[in-house]
Amino acid sequence: MSEKIYVFKVFERIWHWSQAGLIIFLLITGFEVHGSYTLFGFQQAVDLHTIAAWSLVGLWVFAIFWHFTTGEWKQYLPTFQKVDAMIKYYAFGIFTNAPHPFKATTLKKHNPLQRLAYLGVMLFIGPLIWFTGWFYIFYDKWTEWGWDQYLSLEWVAFFHTVAAFLMLAFLIVHVYLTTAGHTPTSHIKAMITGWEEVE
Amino acid sequence: MAVQLTSGYARLLFAAVMTLTMAILSAQAQAGASTADHTTFKELQQPFESGPAVTQACLKCHTEAAHQVMKTPHWTWEFLNPATQQKLGKQHVLNNFCISVESNYAFCTTCHAGYGWKDHSFDFTKQENVDCLVCHDTTGKYRKQPGTGGLPPLKAIEWPPGSGKIVRPVDLQKVAQNVGKTSRDTCGACHFFGGGGDGVKHGDMDSSLAAPEANIDIHMDATGLDFICSSCHQASGHRVPGSRYAPTARDDKGKLMRGKESGRNPATCQSCHGTDPHKSTRLNSHADKIACQTCHIPKYARGGVPTKMGWDWSTAGQKGPDGKPLIKKDAKGHVIYDAKKGDFIVAENVVPEYKWFNGTVSYTLLGAKIDNSKVVPINAFEGGPDDGKSLIWPVKVMRGKQPYDPVNKTLVKPHTAGDDSTAYWKNFGWEKAIAAGMAETGLPFSGKVDFVETEMAWPITHMVAAKDESLGCVDCHGANSRLAGLPGIYMPGHSASRLLDTAGWGLAALCLVGVIGHGGIRILAARKGSEK
Repeated sequence: MSEKIYVFKVFERIWHWSQAGLIIFLLITGFEVHGSYTLFGFQQAVDLHTIAAWSLVGLWVFAIFWHFTTGEWKQYLPTFQKVDAMIKYYAFGIFTNAPHPFKATTLKKHNPLQRLAYLGVMLFIGPLIWFTGWFYIFYDKWTEWGWDQYLSLEWVAFFHTVAAFLMLAFLIVHVYLTTAGHTPTSHIKAMITGWEEVE
Repeated sequence: MAVQLTSGYARLLFAAVMTLTMAILSAQAQAGASTADHTTFKELQQPFESGPAVTQACLKCHTEAAHQVMKTPHWTWEFLNPATQQKLGKQHVLNNFCISVESNYAFCTTCHAGYGWKDHSFDFTKQENVDCLVCHDTTGKYRKQPGTGGLPPLKAIEWPPGSGKIVRPVDLQKVAQNVGKTSRDTCGACHFFGGGGDGVKHGDMDSSLAAPEANIDIHMDATGLDFICSSCHQASGHRVPGSRYAPTARDDKGKLMRGKESGRNPATCQSCHGTDPHKSTRLNSHADKIACQTCHIPKYARGGVPTKMGWDWSTAGQKGPDGKPLIKKDAKGHVIYDAKKGDFIVAENVVPEYKWFNGTVSYTLLGAKIDNSKVVPINAFEGGPDDGKSLIWPVKVMRGKQPYDPVNKTLVKPHTAGDDSTAYWKNFGWEKAIAAGMAETGLPFSGKVDFVETEMAWPITHMVAAKDESLGCVDCHGANSRLAGLPGIYMPGHSASRLLDTAGWGLAALCLVGVIGHGGIRILAARKGSEK
């Protein structure tokens, strides 16, 4: 029989879903500004993208504060223990109904691959998108602040777009892997209710 | 405007009524504003036998006026470009419209602010040769007769000869007693008709600016701000600022008090609007790279008057079935072929081309070697994204094909206008016409004639639209960007790196295919498992 443990607290769940919504919205508006399609119209897409970006910054301020005050940041410390087991599971075991090599607990809610992936998002994609995004937002001030001699909009936009594509790739794989828990819906239910079904 | 005027006559009538109304209104305004009533001046209460006689009367009070005018390009038709040291001005340059003034003075100088310039012997030092009336007339009745070197007709004559149309003489006394400020009409009498006809040359200046509506020019709007030319081109000592030979491409200095002697060009947008006129800082920062005109003049030739975009001299000289010089018109009645001049391309509501421009224009002058294997730039707008002096400007590019000397590899100045044995428009012989024109210049001509493609750029700066008609973001930040291909700018929405897009969407597609495949195998595996 399976049992249930409480893995995601209220704040985490609010954070996760509002972040998910904002990121998807930022991708939609961002790729419009990039020129991939027309949806809101260029000017509105720029305005909405900017508002959503600042909202996400605000959310992150809360999230960082929460992680440090609760000590939850330790959940993202990388470990290579059992990474091979996880890869083996996703590559083979998952098809043969083999047992999941990682058992989530309240203290260790992410499997080793998750830890690495989320850390990558937070330490690589995140900073890349934030710094290029801020340069982009403050483009109007470059001359005044003397930044124009070091930055070119073309490269700022290039790396901002690189980060956006990486985020999109992460999003696709992440959404799929939510179905790879104990049961196809157990991860998703956990992120909604806080309670994860484990073996 | 609520009423759509479809018929040309109705439009003409409307324009005439508007012009008349405006003339009366402005005359009243002037009468109220001026401290002098010229009808009361003894000096002007006499029948004048000539234009110079009027000038002599003017100079009795306005003692310095002629000296002032004589220092300006309106008189000298000469301009020394301080940046390139090229000697420019109408006397020296050539263009790809009627090509050149030299050897055609008596006709071209219809627009000279002087009397009697018919050839090289014109005396530029004679004060009474300055034409005060052409700029200061308020009656609208002053005319200068083509072919006379800029003299007003003093008796009724038939013009053009054989046309049956009679030009009435100018009543110099009446005009002299009704002088006043310059107006859109007086400046426009020449500047609207540059190139030999309404709107031909500039594209952003034509007779629709005599009494324009707001959507043609927000500043000159006859029922709104009602600017006259000198509202921006505010003269001092008859020196009119704002020359297209050396335009102010970029003005970072901000607002300028009207009338303040600063040495700055008071005709720039910034001299009134400052350097951050928009509420949005993002729009203001666009002005680091983009001239105001680029967004605020979405199209030129908007007033119903077409401008010439192309002129092919090489096809000139054709005769119709009746043996007379051929003339062809388009459906709207605009001339598109004239035996005297060749084929024309005319257009209204034209989207400008755009160039980086730092205010320096270099000319291909007579005598300069040309490369006939390429399109010859009659002038070249200099500038680029990195010189700190340039902005992206809207320009009209006039494309032509004109005679040149294939042996000496130079452009040529043909003798076109005149009632003599060499003028092209009378005799239709290029060799004779060019030999006569070049003889006047003193430069060599081989006797051989061929035609070469030329280009000439004209800055677009008039016909500023109302703000809600200026360009929107997507006009540049979109697939069909107006600024496509210009170096040194990254336009989000237009300039994305193809390579990055391919790689990025490729990565996303791979991820998608990967997870679908993975999921598919899981479903299949689960099915097999349950079958066991």
